[in-house]
Parts: sequence; C-alpha cells; structure tokens
Amino acid sequence: MNMFQSMMGWVDARFPATKMFEEHMSKYYAPKNFNFWYFFGSLAMLVLVNQLLTGIWLTMMYNPTGDGAFASVEMNMMRDVEYGWLLRYLHSTGASAFFAVVYLHMFRGMMYGSYRAPRELVWIFGMLIYLALMAEGFMGYLLPWGQMSYWGAQVIISLFGAIPYVGEALMEWIRGDYLLSGITLNRFFALHVVALPIVILALVVLHIIALHEVGSNNPDGVDIKKLKGEDGIPLDGIPFHPYYTVHDIVGVVVFLAVFLTIVFFFPDGGGYFLEKPNFEPANPLKTPAHIAPVWYFTPFYAILRAIPDKLMGVIAMGAAIAILFVLPWLDRSPVKSIRYKGIISKVMLMLFAVAFVILGICGVKQPDLHVEFVPFEITYRAMGQLCTAFYFAYFILMPFWTSKETCKPVPARVRMGH
Amino acid sequence: MNKLLSVLVMMCLPVLAQAAGGAEPQLTTAPINMDDKVSLQRGAQIFINNCLGCHSAQYMRYERMAMDLEIPVDILKHNLMFTSDKVGEPMRSAIPADLAKKWFGAAPPDLTLEARLRGPDWVYSYLIGFYADEKRPWKVNNHVFPDVGMPHVLSAMEKSLGEKAFKEAMADLTNFMVYMAEPIRAERERIGVWVLIFLAIFAIPVYFLNREYWKDIH
Repeated sequence: MNMFQSMMGWVDARFPATKMFEEHMSKYYAPKNFNFWYFFGSLAMLVLVNQLLTGIWLTMMYNPTGDGAFASVEMNMMRDVEYGWLLRYLHSTGASAFFAVVYLHMFRGMMYGSYRAPRELVWIFGMLIYLALMAEGFMGYLLPWGQMSYWGAQVIISLFGAIPYVGEALMEWIRGDYLLSGITLNRFFALHVVALPIVILALVVLHIIALHEVGSNNPDGVDIKKLKGEDGIPLDGIPFHPYYTVHDIVGVVVFLAVFLTIVFFFPDGGGYFLEKPNFEPANPLKTPAHIAPVWYFTPFYAILRAIPDKLMGVIAMGAAIAILFVLPWLDRSPVKSIRYKGIISKVMLMLFAVAFVILGICGVKQPDLHVEFVPFEITYRAMGQLCTAFYFAYFILMPFWTSKETCKPVPARVRMGH
Repeated sequence: MNKLLSVLVMMCLPVLAQAAGGAEPQLTTAPINMDDKVSLQRGAQIFINNCLGCHSAQYMRYERMAMDLEIPVDILKHNLMFTSDKVGEPMRSAIPADLAKKWFGAAPPDLTLEARLRGPDWVYSYLIGFYADEKRPWKVNNHVFPDVGMPHVLSAMEKSLGEKAFKEAMADLTNFMVYMAEPIRAERERIGVWVLIFLAIFAIPVYFLNREYWKDIH
C-alpha cells in the first residue's frame, strides 16, 4: 500500500472522505447527453467562489460608513492597494456574471423540464438561491455609496412603504433611520458579507444534495435510472468525475475568456455593470433625473411599473417571482423535455424568453419613450404592460395547454449529439 | 429547438445594446490616447494650473500621478504642487467649499471621476463648448451644460492660442482627466492581453484532455 492510500485509509476510518467523493463525483452517474446548456450550473459555482474570495479581500479595504465608503472604494481599492482594482472589477463584473449564468441555468431547467417530479425540491432550493441572490445583489449594490446605489436602494426600500398600515414603520425598521443613511449602509454591509453568503452557501449545499439524491435530468428528459446494466450503473450514465470535470473545464475556459475580457477591457459593461452615476458620491439632497435598477432586476422592475397602483405593482412583482416556485405543479405535460412537447409549448417558451428580455429593456427605459425596435408605435409603458400580461398568462395557462397538446414519443435511451 | 432558442437570445442582445442610447446633446468625440505620456503631462499641467484652484481631485495623489506620467519629483514639487508639499497628499483645491459655493452658487464638484461620471466625450465637448451669452452672470454659457455656474476660465488661453491649438490643449486636458478617473486603465489593458493569451494557450490541453476522455462515449 502506498503512502496516499494508507493516509486515506486513516482518514476514511474517521471521516467519510472517499465515500463522499465517490457519492458526489466519481460514482455519481450523470446522463451522457448533456449539452451546452449544462455548463451554467458549474459556472454558477465558479462565480460564487469568485464572489466569496474577492469579497473577502474587498472587505479588508472597505470602510462601511456613510462618510468613508465612497472614498474607500475609489481611493483604497481603485488606487492605493496593489491590484485592489482587479479584485473590485472581478467582484462587480462577477455580480452581473452571476445573474447572467443563473438566468441561463434557470432557462435550461424550464426548457428540459428539470423541475418536474422528482426534482421539485431541486427547483425550489434553486429558486431560494435566486431569491437570496437578489437580496445579496441589492445590498451589495448600496455599498459603493454612489448616487445610483443610494437612490436605487431608496426606490426599492420605498416599495415596502406600499404595504398598508405597517409600510412606513417597516421602511424605518429596514433603514434603521428616518432616511436612508450610513446606518442603513452599515447593516447592509453586515447582511451582504456575513448573513446572506451563509444562507446562499447553505442553500447551494441543499440544492446539490437534493440533485444528487434524485440524479440529473438531461436534454431528452429520459430517466436514465430505468435502464441499468448488470453492475447497477445506468446504461446512459457516466461518472461525473472525470467525464464532466474535464468537460466543464472547457466551459470554464470559454466563460473566463468572456468574463475576463469584460474585467480587463470593459469593466463598466457599457454603463450596465458599473453605472455612470455611481462615480458620484451619494447625495441625499440631489435626486438623479433617471433612476433605474441594475440590469438584472429590470424585468421585475418593469412588471412593478406596469401596474399604475403602487401596492398592486409591488404585489405583481412579488407574484412574478413567487409563481416560479410553483412551476413544477403548473406543467402537466406527459413529457419533460421541450424536445418532445407540442408546438404550443415550444412557441410559448420562446415568447416567454423574448417577453422577459423585453421586460428587461422596459425596466431601464423611460415609460413615455417609444419603443425603437418594433415596427409599430408603442410606448415602453404599454410594451411593459403587454409583456407583463404575457408573463403571467404563460404560467396561468400552462396547465391547460400542457395537458391538452399532443407530444412526441420519448425514446427509451438518451440521444447524443444534439 | 436549442439552436433556434440560442439564436433568438443572441438576436436580442444588439437590441439591448441599442436600448442603451438616449436623447443626449450632440457630443464631439474626444481623441483619447492613454499611451501618449506627453499629452497626459500637458493635460496635468493645464489641470493643475487652471482647474485645481477651485476643483479638487481628492481621490488622486500627487505622487501616483507623477509616477504614472513619468514626471520627476523635483519638477512635481516646484511646478505642480501649490496646495501641499507632501507628495503622498491627495490633490485638493485651494478654496474652501463654503466660500466657493458663495462665489459660484454651487460648490465646484470634485473632478477625479468626472470623466467616468459624464464620459470623455462630454468632458471634451464641455471644455470646447463655451459661448458668449449676455443673459448669464459670467456672460458665458455652454452647449453641453446649459446655464452652467462656472465662468469660462480658459477664455484667455483660447484667445492667445487660437481655436486649433486650444482644441488640442483641451484634448490633452480631457486625456489627463480620463487617466485621472482610472489611473490603472492602461495597465489593466496591458495585463488583460496577457491574461487572454494565457487562456488561449491553456485552452489547448483542456480541449485535448476533454476529447481524449470523451472519445469512447457514444
């Protein structure tokens, strides 16, 4: 027995190291037909690690006070500390990358029915991660203490004011002050760097444990556990390690090429990753002419604005996220994957993706402006309302079309090369 | 189906990018060149002699500027430092903010990040955008910043240099302000090239490792 084996033997007698590695890596059998869309899970993990590591170092240079925050970012991070700028850009670009990757990961789930039984809890844990991520992004966005940080947070916190009776008191409780101030910044810092990262990490563990319990879905939506070889291994399954580890590294390199091009050459992301007004310190007495949330919140912001009544708008925005939680029970199709669903499902999913992107655009635009990219006259407000109506119709009508439409027969085995 | 969806998503991207544009005043493109050290030095000189009197650049240190722009320390100390004698100090204006507010109606803003806040083209267009206007207290107005509170500080320079040389000087000043807003800009782009070269080389073994493992999976 060589030294490594004897060492592992010593550890395994005391801690299930080899057992865990086999369960989750070398003997976790994943379908062999994963395609492009299956990179985004591991990429989300990569971005999470990036956010945690760069975040730890950023806290060492950051001053979480109303007077010091802006200068600590623009002077300590961006100028004084060696490579502080790199950590900051990796973190700020990472925030946008996190949402981009998570949106694509969720869309994958919607395409291939990865939320269907028995993976409902995988989906729900994922949705909880998304929710925690939104809170994390929102609170982190206040920390640079720029004008848009301040006024963006002001707008979002004021949404709680729409709740009858307790709204005002609730806003004060969140801010810890009569107006958004350094005290708010201080508590957002605590939540952003301690509380929410713990929540997100715990949820990621639950997400993966739930996934590995039931096994991964695949682009064909075929249950690979139905057909096993004599050794008890699914015929269409391959060990995650080494097959998908070497596979995912390819995805990582391609992702990093895009991500690091942004970090090193376009860290502002055209004013979407670092917004121009955030190069001016927060000023409670000067409201910017145009307040828009950061891009990854704009679809939901557009839904909020689509409803003329503030309270109803807030409810609609909450409902837009809440309805995603029950998606596993809205889809009544006999098949999982979009590949074998009927034409209605295909068209509706495509329209849903388009509506979501358009909602994102509506969220950054002034509602009274005219939409430039359609051949007919329509304002962004009307466009946002149209897409909001479709957004909800998509989910509410899903049980009807999915149970009625004719689906294609699902093959017994997965298909390669699609 | 997949490909169709991917194509669709990709098609939406330029729309998103296009949506970024707005109804802004017509701006002149600023000729920015971070590698032109001489231009940056001239810009620094104009900035310190003309702007720093009223505006601060409080997130920028003299020493960092001198190091990046290859300005010798004794020249820096004798010719460019009027408000401090410690090279590690930030560049602060000479006048107190409350007095400045009284004189001009609004305190002159800090200019360290102006080029990132407004964009280089805006800064350049603003600098060359002053015109005579009898209705304003300083008898001047600005094309890109209507009813601006600032007088045309550089009008003497504009008259003595002539239009062409003045525009060149303002290009240098804009260049310097872009540098000042993000001193690491040139360096990060240099590093970025090496990072991408590394990734391109790293991609080769990664690609073949993946192919080697997957060749038996059908």
